[in-house]
Amino acid sequence: MAFYRSQVLVCGGTGCTSSDSMKILEKFKEEVKKHNIENEIEIVRTGCFGLCELGPVVIVYPEGAFYSRVKVEDVEEIVAEHLVKGRPVTRLLYTETVEEGRIKSLNETGFYKKQERIALRNCGVIDPENIDEYIAFDGYKALAKVLTTMTPEQVIEEVKKSGLRGRGGGGFPTGLKWELTAKSKADQKYVVCNADEGDPGAFMDRSILEGDPHSVLEAMAIAGYAIGANQGYIYVRAEYPIAVQRLKVAIKQAREYGLLGKNIFGTDFSFDIEIRLGAGAFVCGEETALMNSIEGRRGMPNPKPPFPAQSGLWGKPTLINNVETYANIPPIIVRGGEWFASKGTEKSKGTKVFALGGKITNTGLVEVPMGITLREVIYEIGGGIPNGKKFKAVQTGGPSGGCLTAEHLDTPIEYDTLTALGSMMGSGGMIVMDEDTCMVDVARFYLDFTRDESCGKCTPCRIGTKRMLEILDRIVEGKGTLEDLDKLEELGKQIKAASLCGLGQTAPNPVLSTLKHFRDEYVAHVVDKKCPAGVCQALLQYTIIEEKCKGCGLCARQCPVNAISGQVKSPFKIDQDKCIKCGACIDKCPFKAIVKK
Amino acid sequence: MKTLQELEEIRKRTLDRVNQRKDRTTTRIVVGMATCGIAAGARPVLLAIMEEVEKLGLTDVVVAQTGCIGLCKMEPIVEVIKPGEEKVTYVKMDAEKARRIVREHVKDGKVVEEYTMHVIQGKILNDYKVEKE
Repeated sequence: MAFYRSQVLVCGGTGCTSSDSMKILEKFKEEVKKHNIENEIEIVRTGCFGLCELGPVVIVYPEGAFYSRVKVEDVEEIVAEHLVKGRPVTRLLYTETVEEGRIKSLNETGFYKKQERIALRNCGVIDPENIDEYIAFDGYKALAKVLTTMTPEQVIEEVKKSGLRGRGGGGFPTGLKWELTAKSKADQKYVVCNADEGDPGAFMDRSILEGDPHSVLEAMAIAGYAIGANQGYIYVRAEYPIAVQRLKVAIKQAREYGLLGKNIFGTDFSFDIEIRLGAGAFVCGEETALMNSIEGRRGMPNPKPPFPAQSGLWGKPTLINNVETYANIPPIIVRGGEWFASKGTEKSKGTKVFALGGKITNTGLVEVPMGITLREVIYEIGGGIPNGKKFKAVQTGGPSGGCLTAEHLDTPIEYDTLTALGSMMGSGGMIVMDEDTCMVDVARFYLDFTRDESCGKCTPCRIGTKRMLEILDRIVEGKGTLEDLDKLEELGKQIKAASLCGLGQTAPNPVLSTLKHFRDEYVAHVVDKKCPAGVCQALLQYTIIEEKCKGCGLCARQCPVNAISGQVKSPFKIDQDKCIKCGACIDKCPFKAIVKK
Repeated sequence: MKTLQELEEIRKRTLDRVNQRKDRTTTRIVVGMATCGIAAGARPVLLAIMEEVEKLGLTDVVVAQTGCIGLCKMEPIVEVIKPGEEKVTYVKMDAEKARRIVREHVKDGKVVEEYTMHVIQGKILNDYKVEKE
């Protein structure tokens, strides 16, 4: 064994990579070499640590020193001070980890304390491109156990016992899905991994693929054994280049070790996996559309039944699970279904990964036990709302979900409670909004997204979302009426009832839930023609406060449409008919004499 | 790979290394590496400790450096801190002495008395002979 006195872990997730963490990694290697300590210090690229807000992130063990927002220029100092002389560079440490001059363990900080990492167990710990490191933490042990000591029925029984439900959004019991597919008789079956993560703001699947790709491969092989399939496909978006690259490396390594391929562990079970790239259509996350896309057709959904378990890829029984669902499987097999079922709540077992985004201090990826409250996630883990603003709502479930308000803060997060409140778990996106967010504008944003992504196969979704968007456009432009609100509700209900697939069936949710919880805001838009949050441009007016205006004329020179006029040294005026509400004047005024409201 | 044994071998081989990336609540060997320590030869001491730890296959050990311990004339100084035990400070180390400490103290749990720091009549001494003279 090579003994290193210190390890430097550099985050190689997409977030940190986009802020130059790979250059930081190279610089560390260079500097360590320069100081002649390359045999004492191990430098590792890992997957996502979760605290993306503070990226690029570097952790130095054994101290567990958590360096945040590291720049390439900082590396020289970290190596010279911390690695050579043993003096952590306090100035660059994440402030929450520094206490009276000593370094606190990361697990004691608010962000990590309440987390429990099962699906993300290896993310930020192992080098995702080194299969040995995955094996070190019991990787492929579950596959070995399954192949050498369990029957397919026992495997399915274990998964059923765990109570695991689909993490992609639907929440269908995973064990039941496996059982149904196993029972279908056919000469050929398939296992598919749905990695077509498309919700705006959700990135848990990407992070798992980037940080721990082998966990998905292992789980797919286990699923193959359980249902009687010898071929797997991972359908992943081409927009995830790092995830695709690491999957390729992982598949190659697993094949070299004989963990994929023929006669795995000397048994007569053979299983192989191929990658299929998606072109980034949101609808391809719907399973029937996804399978059409794999088969080389346009990604459009089919009516169900038949379900994939009976007739899926090329008409053969197919098991489709989401990335995060698969990532939970190996620990369930190794530690037992009961262990998993002991976490979470009655109907929602285990943990769930959430992507925290929007107006929140700690943007990032968190994994928490089911049943935790929104308040704990947003305030204790997420660090609350920045800039002293007030919490207004949280959007869960992306374009298919809805909004929860301050009164729901103490609601436990479970599949069924969220659905009952008109939102949904979805894939786990959690977008926090503060008082400056206009709920009508948010609903419009999501509907614009689903309208754009509607594949057009069925009329309710294709035309219905378009009509709803037109109404919302009218409202934000100040041309809406009270009848429009009723029309939105009616249309929304019909689209939900009549659409072919999950996209259309959930597309109206953001509108319906904001209408339910923030109806007064809609009313303000259509009756008073005001946007209470001050977001909708058409409903704002820029005015100059006479008492504050010194008549310098800066604003008039700045205005691109000559809407501002006046005599120098006396107050200027804005011509509301000419004003295009670009806001250029407000930025320039040295006396803060211009307001928008 | 065709057998479970092979998988187990890879696991064992790699675990010790990757496990170091988690919080360790284990024996710490701390070497004073300020200017005074380095000048007195702390660097070969540190390397010797690491070599010995590796050779003996010790896994539950943190080898760390620290700044000036404040007793510059006794450098190189090595401190061994075992969980639940009082810290032991070794002074005037060299590579050979350091290896012995790893073998006898860290591995077998026997403090190497003759290298420890001694306080005699309020004076810090590292050599009984001084007192006898």
